This record gives sequence, C-alpha cells and structure tokens, in this order.
Amino acid sequence: MESIFFAVSALILAPLAGGLLSGIDRRITARMQSRLGPPILQAFYDVGKLFGKERLLVNRWQIVCCWVYFVAAALSVALFFAQADLLIIFFVQAAGAMFLVMGALSTKSPYSQVGAQRELIQILTYEPLLILVFVGIYLEVGSFNVGEIMAYNTPLIQKLPLMFIVLSYALTIKLRKSPFDFSTSHHAHQELVKGVLTEYSGPVLAVIEMAHWYETVLILSVCALFWTTSWFWMIALLVATYLVEIIIDNTMARMTWRWMLKYVWSIGLVLTFINFIWLHVR
Amino acid sequence: MLKNFLKNSQIKSPWIIHFDCGSCNGCDIETLACLTPLYDVERFGIINVGNPKHADILLVTGTVNYRNKAVLQNLYDQMPEPKAVVAIGACGLSGGVFHDSYNVIGGVDKIIPVDVYVPGCPAKPEAIIDGVVQALEKFKQKQAGDPQSPESAEA
Repeated sequence: MESIFFAVSALILAPLAGGLLSGIDRRITARMQSRLGPPILQAFYDVGKLFGKERLLVNRWQIVCCWVYFVAAALSVALFFAQADLLIIFFVQAAGAMFLVMGALSTKSPYSQVGAQRELIQILTYEPLLILVFVGIYLEVGSFNVGEIMAYNTPLIQKLPLMFIVLSYALTIKLRKSPFDFSTSHHAHQELVKGVLTEYSGPVLAVIEMAHWYETVLILSVCALFWTTSWFWMIALLVATYLVEIIIDNTMARMTWRWMLKYVWSIGLVLTFINFIWLHVR
Repeated sequence: MLKNFLKNSQIKSPWIIHFDCGSCNGCDIETLACLTPLYDVERFGIINVGNPKHADILLVTGTVNYRNKAVLQNLYDQMPEPKAVVAIGACGLSGGVFHDSYNVIGGVDKIIPVDVYVPGCPAKPEAIIDGVVQALEKFKQKQAGDPQSPESAEA
C-alpha cells in the first residue's frame, strides 16, 4: 500500500521536479555565460506553449512512439519509487528510449534519420554501463531491489566510488549535455537542425519533453542510491553531481559519436573493472 | 487556471527561426547579436531554433527574389499555428535599395503575411527585440479574439 502511495506521488512530483531542474539548469548556464537567463519556470512555459500549438504530424507512428516513450519513462520512475527491481526499471526505461528512436526513424527527414542513428549509438553507449552499475550495486548489497539497497547500512559511494563516475557518464549522455549532445542539441542547427526531435512538433514534442523530465529524475534517483544513509549527504551528492554536469556542459565542445563510443566504453569498462576487483579483493 | 497558464505560456516562450532571404548579412549579424550576453533574449524565453516545425516567430531579413521565394513560403507553411512573421531591415520591408533590380520581387510581404515590420539598415538589435515583443502582442490579440488589424505596427 505504501509503495503505491510513493509511486503515485512520484508520478505527480517527478515532472514538477524535472521541469524546475531544467529551469534552474538554464539559469545557472546563463549566469556562467554572464547572461541573465530565462525565468526558473521557463521549462513549464515551453511545454505549455507546445501543448497550445497546432498538431502537425508526419505520420501516426509519431503519436504512438511519443506516448510509449512517455509512459515508459513515467512507469520507470513510478517503479523506482515503489521500490521495485532495478533491472525491471532499466528494461522499461530502455524500451521507452527505443520508441523515441523508432518515431524519428518513421519519417523521411534526413536530419531526423541522422539524429535517430546517433541516439541509437548513445543508447548503445550508456545502457551497458548502466547495467554494470546495477551489477556493481548487486555485488555489494546482494539484491537488485531498490528498497533493500536503500536499507543498506553504509553509503554505496564508499564501496563503489568508480561506479558512481561511470553512472555520471550515463547521466551526461541521458541529459544530452556536451560533449555528448549530438543526437539533438540546442546549439547544432547548422549540423542537424534538431536531430532526433526534428520531426516531432507541437503537443507531441511537449509529451517528449515531459518524458525527458521523468528520465532526468530517474537517473538522478539512481545517483541518490549511492548515499542513502543520510538525507543531507544524499541531497549534497545530487546537487554536486548536477553542478558538475552543468560545468562540464559549459566547458566542453560537442564531440563525435566515434569519440564517445571509444572514450566512454574504454574509461567506463576500466573503471568498472578496477572497482569490481577492489570489491572482490577487499 | 490551466487554461490561463497555457495562454500565458504562449507569450512567455517564443521560439524564433531566422531566415536570411538574400540579405547582405548586416541585419543577420544584428539579429544574432540579440542572442549575445549583451542583449540576452533568453531572458524572455526566446530561443533561436533551426527548425520551422518548432518555431513560433519567423524573422526574415533581406529581399525576396525569384529563387528563394519558394523556400520562404515553404518555411512559413511548415510552422504550426499560432505563428507570426517579423520582417527585418529596409530590404525585408520593401526590397530596399534593390527594389527595382531585375531579380528582386520586393519585400517579404509579397510572399507571406507579415505581422511586424522592423525598419533600419541594418535594424538595431533593440529594434529587433522590440519587433518580437510586438509580434507577441499580436498573439495576445489573437487569443482575445480580436480581428486582426490590417495595418501593421512600426517597431
């Protein structure tokens, strides 16, 4: 009963938190570039506006795909807060991510196609790392269950510090931040217009934007699992992680997908290897 | 309340697309200057998008000629309603010094309906921002159900 309550409140609160976070992110980014920046609620205005726009569809697949993406993202957040199994959450989220790509591939626009291919490469890059992070958590705690992980008596970041870095790579890719923002980006008009999102517009884009908020909250919640013993340190960890994300976003140039695949997999796998050996030897 | 919020967001989040319709780049530089830290149009929620399907306001600089009129029309058609068009600079308004060239059709309003005219050669960034704000006023009028006034405002 309690878990259903948590799941429902997460469903309602997660988009609010995600939108607010996106607004704060844009504000801090603007300040870093010595600009004033948009209002904190800007992300909500954007989505509100998109819902009010005329619906221009390329084909009906787009509606199906955007809603499956949204439902999968929302469901994975709900499952997380209902303290379900990490693997189930992961698979639900991955299925949703695939539908975003399928919707983009269903149109003929070359920009949408290129963006979709790049998004696929991004998924291919971060999903194995995410699985490895979950495996690391399992090796330490002995369970994939979120509830049991939260009840664990020492902060996981003490045991899995390198896995946290691996997770932050996945977070950067998932947030579509530089240097990994090449499937869609606000700053890449000349190169690929809006990439995977090119052919989504109006209300459909609004739904995708909200799904993105859910996904942001999901990945940050996974980050939060690394310090569950104290509320203060959990929040401090999340704030620090997100600030580092913003700094990385503002100081890095957009790279190519080849670079990402080589760099993230090699660093990610090496870090995972070292961390697992350390867990084993200790 | 939700309805009000949706109405309000229409005005708070104008995404612009900028089309250089054969300009000398003077107005283009001034338009892009609006995005710099000095003018920082993101204060108003304005984002420069590259995709007409995501845009609310079309900024057009330069004269229209026989080659690019189809592109201009195409961009306009791809934008979902509600939308507004801001013509920028002397050339965008009337063809400017090129108005009687053999290849020039004239101002932007020969091809698509223009909501706001921003004169200047080149137009100043302040004037361009003012033009966008006036285009937002048009959105407000449309929401209120006012019949569109035929004569357009001067920025």
